[in-house]
Amino acid sequence: MNEFVERQIGLRWPRAVRRSYEVVIVGGGGHGLATAYYLATRHGITDVAVLERDYIGGGNSGRNTTVIRANYGIPDAVNFYQRSVDLYAGLEEEFGRAVMHSTRGVLWLAHSEATLRGERARAALNTACGAETVFVGPDEIGTICPQIDLTGGGTYPVLGGTYHPRGATARHDRVVWGYAEGAMRLGVHVHQGVGVTGLHRDGGRVVGVETTAGRIDAGVVVSAVGGHATVLASMAGVVLPIRTHPLQAAVTNHYAPILDPIVASADLLVYISQTPRGEFLFGAEIDRQASYSRRSGHDILALCARRVTTLMPFTRQLRILRQWTGSCDMSPDYSPIMGVTGTDGFLITTGWGTWGFKAIPAGGEALAETIATGRPAPLIAPFGLDRFERDRTRADRGSAGTH
Amino acid sequence: MSFRITCPVCGARSSTEFRYGGEVPENWREVWRRDNPEGPCRERWYHEFGCRRWLTLVRDTRTDEILSYE
Ligand SMILES: Cc1cc2nc3c(=O)[nH]c(=O)nc-3n(C[C@H](O)[C@H](O)[C@H](O)COP(=O)(O)OP(=O)(O)OC[C@H]3O[C@@H](n4cnc5c(N)ncnc54)[C@H](O)[C@@H]3O)c2cc1C
Ligand SMILES: [Zn+2]
Repeated sequence: MNEFVERQIGLRWPRAVRRSYEVVIVGGGGHGLATAYYLATRHGITDVAVLERDYIGGGNSGRNTTVIRANYGIPDAVNFYQRSVDLYAGLEEEFGRAVMHSTRGVLWLAHSEATLRGERARAALNTACGAETVFVGPDEIGTICPQIDLTGGGTYPVLGGTYHPRGATARHDRVVWGYAEGAMRLGVHVHQGVGVTGLHRDGGRVVGVETTAGRIDAGVVVSAVGGHATVLASMAGVVLPIRTHPLQAAVTNHYAPILDPIVASADLLVYISQTPRGEFLFGAEIDRQASYSRRSGHDILALCARRVTTLMPFTRQLRILRQWTGSCDMSPDYSPIMGVTGTDGFLITTGWGTWGFKAIPAGGEALAETIATGRPAPLIAPFGLDRFERDRTRADRGSAGTH
Repeated sequence: MSFRITCPVCGARSSTEFRYGGEVPENWREVWRRDNPEGPCRERWYHEFGCRRWLTLVRDTRTDEILSYE
């Protein structure tokens, strides 16, 4: 983060690491910082440290394509993400800072009969659960987004789809900084450049962390380390169903602002939006192999370019300017994993995969409540780690999908 | 041949509406276990668009460097 921005947002970095905190949160991404923020603002718990080994927002929270939406495929998920959509809409007021939140709608295209059936079901289920999603035909799609080639280049004709008007985007760094600033204002310590290298246990209980800045005792340790969830959980003897996969994204050069909605295609496995700067931003599926590497490659660009230009032929004029990669904590059922772990004093927030930016406000709020009350917040109760042993997985691949 | 399955939510429905998930395992925890190592990982790759054979190798998941073949 450059000095100018830092002065503007008034991040009050603590001078020294204390030897003990009531709550130690490992990982200064959106989820770790939001949890700290809600602990401080909603529960008066301020004896909290967030330990970030690199810089805040340097993980997936500063690498994502910022799609915010609630049009998921199972009731528990729709309820949870709708809460997050609502919180996002009020975040600028909450922070007193611009986070560049912009409601633009999500258009989800179907190019096959099977996908069309799935979209119809999604619209019905979303509506039943209080998220606004409507089934739309090609004509309506053409009206909402005239930039789409409804013939799909002759190969992927648009048969219909769904429209989710409250879909939005926000500036990811500002969301991260807003939570950090608000938490620090109330006395939370956010330490950059402090990595956790081990956990201290007493009997079965986790009682502290070993860090690059020495030992720190903790009443509760929360793992919010994104793609490194398995590494941290194994220090606590907790086995996770997580696998870490790279996810890449890219932007083109600037273009006149013409694309309003976020456009996604389930059959083409691609999604596109235009940033406030005018770049076209797109992404697709995860790399197939598990990996912690954040190197980007040409094959995904070729694949995305073909898909994007199929949907919007005019984008052939554009040039790709940048691409980057994050490490995604993929859960086998494409739903998050939050709360207690079976090891006392150790909680997790993981399974955010390719879809957890939109979840930052509701995830932080619910995890803070869980820590403060000692009981799983109702909104995240269905998403506990114990669901895997109890055969109660929350399969939602089609809607968590790629973003 | 299709048959009927009584779903606790939807009632009696044709088996064609379901996906077959296979036999119930002894221990669910083992089914979902992922070691997900950060570092050397012994794994299998299938050369689908080539000779169509399986090979086993060790890859460093931090760098994607292949350390050895078996
Ligand atoms: C290319 C891409 C596009 C995406 N697009 C979307 C999208 O459009 N919409 C959406 O909702 N989601 C999207 N996501 C997913 C989203 O970015 C993540 O799910 C979300 O940011 C996760 O936040 P987090 O706080 O859990 O993890 P992170 O932001 O990754 O934070 C984890 C932090 O922990 C730190 N850390 C790790 N190990 C240690 C340690 N031992 N000690 C101290 N610190 C440690 C890391 O340095 C990191 O800063 C996308 C992801 C990627 C990669
Ligand atoms: Zn071969």
